[in-house]
Amino acid sequence: MALNTTLETNNGITTITLSGELDASTAPLFKEKVEEAASQKVRRLVLLMQDLEYMASAGLRMLIFAKQKMGSNVDIYVVGAQEMVIDTIKKTGFHYSVVILDKYE
Amino acid sequence: MERIDIHPTHAYKDFKLRRGRPFPFGVTLVPGGVNFSIFSSHAKSCTLVLFRKRASEPMIEIPFPDEFRIGNVFSLIVFDLDYENVEYGYRMDGPFNPKAGHWFDNSKILMDPYAKIVGGRDVWGVTPDWNNVYQHRARIAFDDFDWENDRPLEIPPEDQIIYEMHVRSFTRHPSANVKHPGTFAAIREKIPYLKELGINCVELMPVYEFDEFENNRPNPVTGERLLNYWGYSTVGFFAPKAGYAATGKLGMQMDEFKALVKTLHRNGIEVILDVVFNHTAEGNEYGNTISFRGLDNQTYYMLTPDGYYFNFSGCGNTLNCNNPIVRSVVLDCLRYWASEYHIDGFRFDLASILGRDPWGAPLANPPLLEILAFDPILAKCKLIAEAWDAGGLYQVGSFPAFGRWAEWNGRYRDAIRKFLKGEIGMVGDMAQRLQGSPDLYASAARGPTTSVNFITCHDGFTLADLVAYNEKHNESNCENNQDGTNDNYSWNCGWEGPTDEPGIKTLRQRQMKNAVAMLMVSQGVPMILMGDEMGRTQNGNNNTYCHDNELNWLDWTLSKSNADIFRFFKHCITFRKAHPVLRNKHHFRNVDYVGSGYADITWHGTQAWNADWSHFSRIFAFMLCGKHAKEGTVQDNYIYVGMNMHWETHWFNIPGLPEEMKWHVFANTGANPPEDIWQSGTEPVLENQYGLLVGERSVIILVGK
Repeated sequence: MALNTTLETNNGITTITLSGELDASTAPLFKEKVEEAASQKVRRLVLLMQDLEYMASAGLRMLIFAKQKMGSNVDIYVVGAQEMVIDTIKKTGFHYSVVILDKYE
Repeated sequence: MERIDIHPTHAYKDFKLRRGRPFPFGVTLVPGGVNFSIFSSHAKSCTLVLFRKRASEPMIEIPFPDEFRIGNVFSLIVFDLDYENVEYGYRMDGPFNPKAGHWFDNSKILMDPYAKIVGGRDVWGVTPDWNNVYQHRARIAFDDFDWENDRPLEIPPEDQIIYEMHVRSFTRHPSANVKHPGTFAAIREKIPYLKELGINCVELMPVYEFDEFENNRPNPVTGERLLNYWGYSTVGFFAPKAGYAATGKLGMQMDEFKALVKTLHRNGIEVILDVVFNHTAEGNEYGNTISFRGLDNQTYYMLTPDGYYFNFSGCGNTLNCNNPIVRSVVLDCLRYWASEYHIDGFRFDLASILGRDPWGAPLANPPLLEILAFDPILAKCKLIAEAWDAGGLYQVGSFPAFGRWAEWNGRYRDAIRKFLKGEIGMVGDMAQRLQGSPDLYASAARGPTTSVNFITCHDGFTLADLVAYNEKHNESNCENNQDGTNDNYSWNCGWEGPTDEPGIKTLRQRQMKNAVAMLMVSQGVPMILMGDEMGRTQNGNNNTYCHDNELNWLDWTLSKSNADIFRFFKHCITFRKAHPVLRNKHHFRNVDYVGSGYADITWHGTQAWNADWSHFSRIFAFMLCGKHAKEGTVQDNYIYVGMNMHWETHWFNIPGLPEEMKWHVFANTGANPPEDIWQSGTEPVLENQYGLLVGERSVIILVGK
């Protein structure tokens, strides 16, 4: 299964919506979006993950890549991720690097 | 400009290839592809075998073209490989001649000794498919992690307090109440507990990939399966145990373990790994072929002239550690853990084997031990030897140290145990042990921190069992109670095993407190065994290597039922941390060299200044002069420790203090809780400044301030 991504920027907040599966084969798509977001000098990156079904090791790495690319003063929100995805993030300790939210208003 | 060496030059079926780079060994991600490099001193040819993840049959077997071999190293690059979803192994062709030490068999698929992730036992305890042609499956790893500003803590050894832990046992019991029991992730949840206890280093029993099903067998009585539970039998030296990771089934054990190390560091806790380089999981002539035996048996193992395996490990084979090739594998491995996982130190299982030559003879200056001692990457790592082996080499006090190596001090353990149970003839020995064993180390200019002091460890009785059993009770191991040591130096306090007799119960509690009190006032590096701080029992079993059950799992409800023991441990640890005079870097000189009027350490008995060193003495006391703390560089209180291991109460006259000071009572194991111990800093003044009654089999600790 593939990965779909869309990117939107409003008022210094970039939102990337992810759906499908994030693994080694699809991670480059996500990486492109992160680079696009980083080029826009935003103060916050919101990742909407309601429809992301699976995240492999390469996907986790993209979260860290995003963190490092955006700089430490940009907060990264992981929103609406499914239990399995959140669990993976927590078990591997990556939740220290991002903010996990059920909903983003 | 684009490099020209990132393009394929060769092809095999659908796979595009190029000559590889022999170095580094193992697998490396290179632009556009994956570099494979493997060596064998005696193989004639080699084939790379690639699987799709978890597939039963290979997807392709690529023979290494002749021109891709340099020296004894086969290397190639495979382009466009979906490396997250493949597993790889090798077939080696060469002579099959066990008498000459060669076991080549190209029907076997061999694991890369440098594999950084090993699949095949992804979830703990799930019965493997024994028909699978490739049981322990090398995978390709990203060596990346967001460490932020983390780095090994480099806590001075004299300040360390080590907690020996089995990863699964720590949180597997239902009472642990964690989300993923028995895993690296679960230890993270328990960090607040470790901080409350006060330790600052965890020593993890083996976390290298091992096979819990090795030599598994049913218990004929209960039907329960006995496993290789402790894991002292390595399959993959570079790979963390997948079954210890909640994410093992996703192949993310590297991330999970690194997250554990990072979080422990953030909380001021170091991580030492118990590493087993003395043998491998391949066993003897009848064992499985996983990797080394098929790759280059004659290089990796110590062999008799007839080609049989030497067994200095007691586990079937012996890794040929001082063969120059094997030596560099060990060095590569430790460097990898220190740099990639930020590991703070290593404890070497049966380390004396590491000092034997390829024919088994002990070496005066073993090159492996020397190279580890002087390695720049390992320069700040703690190196701790279990300074003996199963072949009869016992090197406590004489382990080749090169200025670096510390030792598990087996003589400390035995002396404390004997003194604790009231054996005679121990007072002189005890005086040495409490000072950091200068008799063993000082003449070689090795300081007190050479001595890792412990009374209990995973081998042998737990502390609660040490005071509840005279004999081992290993029947449930199904080896006719023949396994495990008989030298326990334990005393059951009057009844073998559990009892409701209040006098015996009280005495056992007191003996446990006596033990930890002595441990925490000893110079050197104290180590406690997981669960001893809450009175964990193994029902008298002193060798629980095979039990995945309550015999090993830490029952967290004990922290409530034995709250007094926990409290006593906790306060003793805080006390040690509060008093630098207990944590000296150098040995005592037995003289006053700062002009305080007191020598750095002085010896006493029932009479002050007059210790009874005679053979029948079970009593002695010592005082540390606070003005000599850290060789007089810091000021501390005076500390007096009185030990009465006689079965009668005795009056102890105590030495006088400088005029402005008074003795305060920190601990008195003969008193009932909560007056058995005080929070460091809140100790009440001792009523009579000239002496006090020390109860039968009791320890008192006074602070002069």
